[in-house]
Amino acid sequence: MSKQIKKEISLFEPSLVRKSIKDAFVKLNPRAMMKNPVMFCVEVGTVVMMVVSIYSFTKTDQGTPVYNMTIFVVLLLTLIFANFAEALAEARGKAQADTLRKTREETPAKVIEGDKITIKSSSLLQKGDVFYCEAGDIIPSDGEIIEGIATIDESAITGESAPVIREAGGDRSGVTGGTKVLSDKIKVQVTTEPGESFLDKMIALVEGASRQKTPNEIALTLLLSGFTIVFLLVTVTLKPFGDYAATPITIGALVALFVCLIPTTIGGLLSAIGIAGMDRALRANVIAKSGKAVETAGDLDTILLDKTGTITIGNRKATRFHPAPGFSEDDLMECATLASMSDETPEGKSIVELATRKGYKHPALIGGSSSDFSFGLPGAKVIAFSAETRTSGIDIEGRMIRKGAVDSIKKLAERNGHRIPREIIDVVALISNNGGTPLIVTDNAVTVGVVELQDVIKPGITERFERLRRMGVKTVMVTGDNPLTAKYIAEKAGVDDFIAEASPEDKLAYIRKEQAGGKLVAMMGDGTNDAPALAQADVGVAMNSGTQAAKEAGNMVDLDNDPTKLIEVVEIGKQLLITRGTLTTFSIANDVAKFFAIIPALFIASIPSLQALNIMRLTSPESAIMSAVIFNAIIIPILIPLALRGVQYKPIGASALLARNLLIYGIGGIVVPFIGIKIIDLILTPFL
Amino acid sequence: MNTEIPGIVFIFLVTVVIALPFGKYCSKIFTESKTWTDFFEPLERLIYKLSGVDVNRNMNWKENTKAMLIVNGIFFLLAMIILLTQSSHPFWNPDGIASMEITTAFNTAISFMTNTNLQHYSGETGASYLSQLLVFCFLQFVSAGTGIAAMVLLFNALQRGAKAELGNFYKLLVRSCTRILLPLSVVVALILVWQGTPSTFAGSETVVTLEGDTVNIARGPVAPMVAIKQVGTNGGGFFGPNSTHPFENPTYLSNIVENVAIMFVPIALVFSFGFFMHRPRLGYAFFAVMTMFFVVFTSISVYVEMQGNPAITALGIDNSPGNMEGKETRVGVAASSFWGVATTSTSNGSVNSMHDSHTALSGGVFMLDMMINAVYGGVGVGFINFFVFVVVAVFISGLMVGRTPELFGKKIEAREVKIAALVAIAHPFLVLVGTAIAAFTQSHDPGIGWLNNPSYHGFSEMLYEFTSSSANNGSGFEGLGDATPFWNISTGLVMLLARFIPIVGPLAIAGSLVEKRYIPETSGTLKIESVAFNAVLLCVIIIVAALSFFPALTLGPIAEHFSM
Repeated sequence: MSKQIKKEISLFEPSLVRKSIKDAFVKLNPRAMMKNPVMFCVEVGTVVMMVVSIYSFTKTDQGTPVYNMTIFVVLLLTLIFANFAEALAEARGKAQADTLRKTREETPAKVIEGDKITIKSSSLLQKGDVFYCEAGDIIPSDGEIIEGIATIDESAITGESAPVIREAGGDRSGVTGGTKVLSDKIKVQVTTEPGESFLDKMIALVEGASRQKTPNEIALTLLLSGFTIVFLLVTVTLKPFGDYAATPITIGALVALFVCLIPTTIGGLLSAIGIAGMDRALRANVIAKSGKAVETAGDLDTILLDKTGTITIGNRKATRFHPAPGFSEDDLMECATLASMSDETPEGKSIVELATRKGYKHPALIGGSSSDFSFGLPGAKVIAFSAETRTSGIDIEGRMIRKGAVDSIKKLAERNGHRIPREIIDVVALISNNGGTPLIVTDNAVTVGVVELQDVIKPGITERFERLRRMGVKTVMVTGDNPLTAKYIAEKAGVDDFIAEASPEDKLAYIRKEQAGGKLVAMMGDGTNDAPALAQADVGVAMNSGTQAAKEAGNMVDLDNDPTKLIEVVEIGKQLLITRGTLTTFSIANDVAKFFAIIPALFIASIPSLQALNIMRLTSPESAIMSAVIFNAIIIPILIPLALRGVQYKPIGASALLARNLLIYGIGGIVVPFIGIKIIDLILTPFL
Repeated sequence: MNTEIPGIVFIFLVTVVIALPFGKYCSKIFTESKTWTDFFEPLERLIYKLSGVDVNRNMNWKENTKAMLIVNGIFFLLAMIILLTQSSHPFWNPDGIASMEITTAFNTAISFMTNTNLQHYSGETGASYLSQLLVFCFLQFVSAGTGIAAMVLLFNALQRGAKAELGNFYKLLVRSCTRILLPLSVVVALILVWQGTPSTFAGSETVVTLEGDTVNIARGPVAPMVAIKQVGTNGGGFFGPNSTHPFENPTYLSNIVENVAIMFVPIALVFSFGFFMHRPRLGYAFFAVMTMFFVVFTSISVYVEMQGNPAITALGIDNSPGNMEGKETRVGVAASSFWGVATTSTSNGSVNSMHDSHTALSGGVFMLDMMINAVYGGVGVGFINFFVFVVVAVFISGLMVGRTPELFGKKIEAREVKIAALVAIAHPFLVLVGTAIAAFTQSHDPGIGWLNNPSYHGFSEMLYEFTSSSANNGSGFEGLGDATPFWNISTGLVMLLARFIPIVGPLAIAGSLVEKRYIPETSGTLKIESVAFNAVLLCVIIIVAALSFFPALTLGPIAEHFSM
């Protein structure tokens, strides 16, 4: 892909870190903490330890002040680390969004009011305002072209250096604020209120205050709360158990046990993971309108992809000349070139190109200019494609050269008393069966030969479909081609299904059919007539160049207008869920080691034989408890990079992936804390 | 060397081998397919007619839950009335047993209604034959049937294309009794009678022993009661000493048969789930996870018991037969340990040795087994408990493969997770809070006289009692003065909550799943038959169930073990 001029922000960008540290303290506000039950419990524990620390200066029954203060400080750090992770994720998301937003701030807009033009600041533009842009202007706001056509440099947003054409009326009428008009003039109507653009909405999604938890995040929070309640019971009931066993347990030890057992690692990183997922989408230049959309993307079963531009490069290209009996390839190339010289369609151009490559160049082309449609051939009359004749070509020096599809040429020949030779009919059938499109070229209604046009499949696209298939995602190609051609290309590209001769209604119907079978469907579109299908799809990605209707209907907007973006979107969604799952597993698996650190420490004083359970051979009960809480705290910042970058998704099948992640994060989650706690204990020992 | 180990391997293998086809048979019963037991139909129709319920009405989860609670409420009242009026029973009370004390009756009625069969009375002296048959024997059938019926409602909900109407509880209850429990009980009872278990309405026999003492030997309709106590994972014995009593468990052969009967239906029901879903591997996979625990627990218990008690060895006494304290010589150490693990795995609760007298670790294993409470588990409810772990495991592993979690094509979302978490919390809550209250009371009033043993073992006695009640197991660690109002009422309430929360919760999950859109499987979907998923499931069970009890076990059996 060409658009990798990405504004990559380093993970611990100093300016962001400074801001995040400050935010980490602000977020200690209990009302904000309440949103995260696990960390709220830690906060309560911290307050309890603060009180106990003060108390321990006056009485000795709760351990030394140093011991209690240490636990208090470490718990406070646990909270700060968790808040820092969230703050950093937010800051990164905002920074990402800001770089996009900066491009569109405070640009003068030439607003048309009645018949005069006034200059207004872009920030004052209201929905419905109409402004005017000409070559060299920066477009001040998102909008829809209502008049004119222009080439636009969108590299500021997409990173793509090649200019694009945007025009009124079509499906490519959307313009983005911050992009630059290179040629011509356009009138644009503002489509959003200030502060309500998709980008603004996206920024709101990463900001703490207005951030809504996604359904899966809510469910996971409930599960984590369940664990928290169980471990609360475990800790609270230890008090009377200890009383019975004549083993006094300090409040500090109980709070430490509680905080270590509840899933603080995932609890502390959960919101950071969610925000980072949105941020990754934004870095892929996809604006998601909700966190749920990103989550859903990981579940997609079926994705609809347009053939043109996604699966094949642009349009069909001429690949071969098949001369008719009695004609040479040169004859055919001459006629084909003449018939296509004035043809501005990609197919027409490709015919001229192919002939040129084969060494044929019509003399007229050498001196001709593209603005002179007669191409330096005086007296030539260009016959443009018309719906009536369904052929195009040129009348020159008494010759009537035409090219067209079989049916229309057949009519033309028969009108003039000719027939298409049998050999040519055979060639035509062969080309069609191979997914190609035959164009017959005639000279005064006599068939000279056939030009074969073929779709060119994008390099590497087959591998991407294979990857999707391994993820369990079904790919469906949408094309206007006839079923035969469609089938051929579908097979060649490796898509699972296709919709031939597709109308927007067909797309909608296909999506509904898949959904009725319980599938989650994604599609990408840009046209107003795509809007119903975009709205119907579970994930609808509208191209930023598309119409406002399309952008409103979808739940994501792709700033790059890249039709293969759906594939990335699926991976971003999966990555988000996997990161949550693996860190949950890691967090819970950590409990095994923490049990072995703290439980013996609680009882060893009165039941010395329990030393047998101290398998890590930690120095003393105090060092064991401190080591466990310190490990519990520092694991959070250690995992921040993983939480923000996300755990990589590998399309190796669900069971293999589960086995792999279970091995790394499950077994790892059991082993790592044993080592970590032991090391911390070794470091602490000299100080105690 | 000895035949003890091959003996228990034999019991296990026989159970599994016959449980497989029986599991298939059960799934046919649940789908109401044709079976050879269709000759029970007239009997069932008679029961439907007498009860006056409409068994053909398909009900949703709420209606079924209501039906279950009402029926069980009636059972409870019936039991209370009979137990409180024993002294005036017109017949079947040849030994003139007195009426039960009210809190003991409360405890006993709940105990039998909830399939727990914690017995704070002694059968020989505390229950008339009428109570034994009409209350205990009857409730051991219908409480087991309740469990199976609830499980089938859950099965139905998990089926593809399931509707909100899950079936009819009444019909499932009756058919579970007639088609599964009754035939098996008849077979087991006949074998027991052949082996010497009495079955009579005559009162106790007075005999003069060789030493010249006159003793009263209690007897009664023992065989049928023992049969259903094992088949229905009940465990409520006819006599106080349960299956250690030679009349309940006369020979090594009867021991094998009873032990097979303990595990048979729970294992068959696990297999039946696979057959029911047309995914037999699912049944095998779940069976494998449960068996993993079972084998480890059995190995530990058998090993430490065969080692004998080091304190006795230290006295210079021959300890080679293993720890024989509280065990029957006709059964031996290995078969006692195996039974102990089997009975605590399946929420059965019958004993053939005194669990109190097992070594600390063996006793700890029994407790841990009940703390998990889903290693095969009680008939029906064992699977339901296991299902809760499956929901939690599916949620975590679904995330790990990058999809929002789904189970049998239905998304597991906030509501399901919430209910599963609440159900998963219930068991530790009841056990830990119950034990905490008891420990608190005991430590503030050491003279209360509940405990036979001080220190860690005393703690184990209290912990065991609440664990057994909450697991609806019903075995006793003994050594605990449990026939007091405190224990009667507290364990009564625990049994009640521990029975119905884990049934109603999963049924609510079922009710919510059937409302959801079905999502077909793709290659990105996690197969819950896979080894990887079952490894997650195993870890979830260890961490949720086992680890949360680790501190409590540390103060009881673990401390006792290391102090020996």
